[in-house]
Amino acid sequence: MWGYLIRRLGESLLILLGISLVTFALLYLVPADPARQIAGRSATAETVANIRAQLGLDQPFYVQYFRYLGNLLYGDLGRSYLQRTEVSELIAARMPATLLLMLAAIVVELIMGLTIGAIAAIRRNSALDHSLMVFSFVTISAPQFVVGILLLYVFAVQLQWFPIGGYGTFSHLVLPAITIGLLGTGWYSRMMRSSMIDVLAQDYVRTARAKGLGRLRILVRHVAPNAILPIIAMIGIDIGLFMSGIVVVESVFGWPGIGQLAWQAIQRVDIPIIMGVTLVSACFIVLGNLLADLVAPLVDPRIKLK
Amino acid sequence: MKTTLMTSALALAAALGTAQAQDFTDAKQGGSMIVTYKDDVSTLDPAIGYDWQNWSMIKSLFDGLMDYEPGTTVLKKDLAEDYTISEDGTVFTFKLREGVKFHNGRELTAEDVKYSLDRVTNPETQSPGAGFFGSIEGYDAMASGEATSLSGVMVIDPYTVEIKLSRPDATFLHVMAINFSSVVPKEEVEKYGPDFGKNPVGSGAFKLADWTLGQSLTFERNMDYWHEGVPKLDQITFEIGLEPIVALLRLQQGQADIPGDGIPPAKFLEVTEDPAYKDFVIEGGQLHTGYITMNVKMPPFDNVKVRQAINMAINKERAVRIINGRAVPANQPLPPTMPGYAPDYEGYPYDPEAAKALLAEAGFPDGFETELFVYNTDPNPRIAQSFQQDLAAIGITAEIRNLAQANVIAAGGEPDQAPMIWSGGMAWIADFPDPSNFYGPILGCDGAVQGGWNWSWYCNEELDAAAVEADAMTDPAMAAEREAKWRDIYLKIMEDAPWVPVFNEQRYTMRSAKLGGPNEIYVDPVHVPVNYDYVFSNDVQ
Repeated sequence: MWGYLIRRLGESLLILLGISLVTFALLYLVPADPARQIAGRSATAETVANIRAQLGLDQPFYVQYFRYLGNLLYGDLGRSYLQRTEVSELIAARMPATLLLMLAAIVVELIMGLTIGAIAAIRRNSALDHSLMVFSFVTISAPQFVVGILLLYVFAVQLQWFPIGGYGTFSHLVLPAITIGLLGTGWYSRMMRSSMIDVLAQDYVRTARAKGLGRLRILVRHVAPNAILPIIAMIGIDIGLFMSGIVVVESVFGWPGIGQLAWQAIQRVDIPIIMGVTLVSACFIVLGNLLADLVAPLVDPRIKLK
Repeated sequence: MKTTLMTSALALAAALGTAQAQDFTDAKQGGSMIVTYKDDVSTLDPAIGYDWQNWSMIKSLFDGLMDYEPGTTVLKKDLAEDYTISEDGTVFTFKLREGVKFHNGRELTAEDVKYSLDRVTNPETQSPGAGFFGSIEGYDAMASGEATSLSGVMVIDPYTVEIKLSRPDATFLHVMAINFSSVVPKEEVEKYGPDFGKNPVGSGAFKLADWTLGQSLTFERNMDYWHEGVPKLDQITFEIGLEPIVALLRLQQGQADIPGDGIPPAKFLEVTEDPAYKDFVIEGGQLHTGYITMNVKMPPFDNVKVRQAINMAINKERAVRIINGRAVPANQPLPPTMPGYAPDYEGYPYDPEAAKALLAEAGFPDGFETELFVYNTDPNPRIAQSFQQDLAAIGITAEIRNLAQANVIAAGGEPDQAPMIWSGGMAWIADFPDPSNFYGPILGCDGAVQGGWNWSWYCNEELDAAAVEADAMTDPAMAAEREAKWRDIYLKIMEDAPWVPVFNEQRYTMRSAKLGGPNEIYVDPVHVPVNYDYVFSNDVQ
């Protein structure tokens, strides 16, 4: 177990190093000159060169990269080119909002996805099953931008049940969490359905029924726990999906998380922010995967760590 | 409707008004409003901020020596109680108002003016506005890092500062009104270092009360503001991160008062035709021109007849229709609200037949193939397609190159890469309302260098000399003559036709019923986008 953990942590570190190198190289190759952007339209070539030197952008690629890594060891992500603020401060200020949204989205997708999947499996091949599966297909396929605007229009503008975007109270959280959670709902309900159908066909379920156990008791005690197992392991992997979703959803709902920060930085080629957000989200994805692998054997003794 | 608004804006700019000013300067103080923006406020450091969101926020937090009458392009004195200009136009002596206090309680003096100018021109500050101060004596030594203080700026006594220029510069008073020359207190800048932009301390009408990164900013009225009766509101809340469409929905629900990014194109017709809202829609001019550049160094655009032919081939009305009529067709580089605009100039007519004939005369009866570079966000590619059809009608096959903004700018800055560029989304918006601001970097020889902004690579030394002469006319009595000189420069440029001026974009915004004040301050040409200091609340009147 400990050996496994150490090996996985080492691998994760290598993955992160690789991501940092690829991202840094891509941003280095972007044909936009940060010095020129900082210097403004009225600057002379001399001013631009001066700024380039101050930021160390005149140095060769490997010097820039290793200096970035060196600062990273001290937890220094640098300062934003355009805001001049510490990137770590900008990310820290926005991280709680993103984490809250992710947590809420996980709750939404688990509750909705597992319930829908279970109902569809129990009422297999009925009209209800078919309509639920069509619904899950729609939530998987619908672009989150459209879903977000639609929810906003119906529930905030027309019905006025929720505020129109923003951040602060529980009611602000509901619509963005549902928008992100709906995507997972689709996946989870389909997985839950097939997983339930598998388990329902197992011998031990038939035995339980033969013993005369009540239908509800069979479902709750024997079927659901075994059906949910493979799904729990997915939550860690979900974090990667969330990271791509929050960029869009945070923009639509004016949710002040790191997705919104990344989106604005990309538009303005603010390289230190893009680097910082990429690395932080990569950390989450890597950790999420690791966690998923560690949790799996705990919930399912058949899985062994090697 | 367009013409009436345009002429009323011009009339206001020309006749200005003390009478006009009276009705809103008397408004009672009090109340609050909510303004929304999509993008984050990057910084409130006046030496660095250069965005749509922070431009007029900085103007409300800080003061400069000069400013503009609300809603107009007419210069007025701000921190300067008075000023004198030497005979030769190279020495400006400013007398400061006494008793003006920074938000930290300390009195603002001439030393602060000097410190602020030294700071903004110091390369270590990395100010995007440093170049505006090029005419101050000692600027070059600052820019190269040889000096740490501008030799041309001298403190005579605590309330007098003298600024010597290395050349006469008729735009210098405008430079003293631009955000970059705002006066900052040294002790606060040193206390916060690079974080001064998040902890701004100025002497302006408002002070920063709260800033929750990425969410909101709160401005509170500066109770000690030297200008009595200003600002009108007690509090402004800026909510950040709202898409323009969401911002508009909020306004309609009474949860916001001004959509800072304006009315989004998708909602434009709905809002302007809705009886409940159309009275609160405000239209205003912008110091903006959208244009097609033709690289005069790349054949066949080195032939003036080809460039003139294309000027006659482009259907500007159709381009305006593509953006829902939110612009007026242009026929010269300067926008109509800019001094020096030639209202009687008719420009090149839209006449494909004549264009075709001229192209044949130039030696291209069958046209030629070329490329049109365009920034890849809507509506620019659609506009470029419209130009593509116009060019096809006279036999020119133009391939559209849709690229990211940075790539288009990079290609324009090379002498041999982009034969034609549509400026949409990257077009020039004036930094200050003076005709010279549309020349140097985008049409003069200075800008026709690698990495420059003169994408047509047009360089006419005669006009460069005329521009220097015009800017040497610093005597206010010669203002009209100077304007005429600039007008001639732009008309000569049109003869050489390095650009096709296509349209001048209009701005459309809204206000809630609770806000008062003349429409002009909501589309202020200088305090962009809104002059917050003069907005008042009907709740307290």
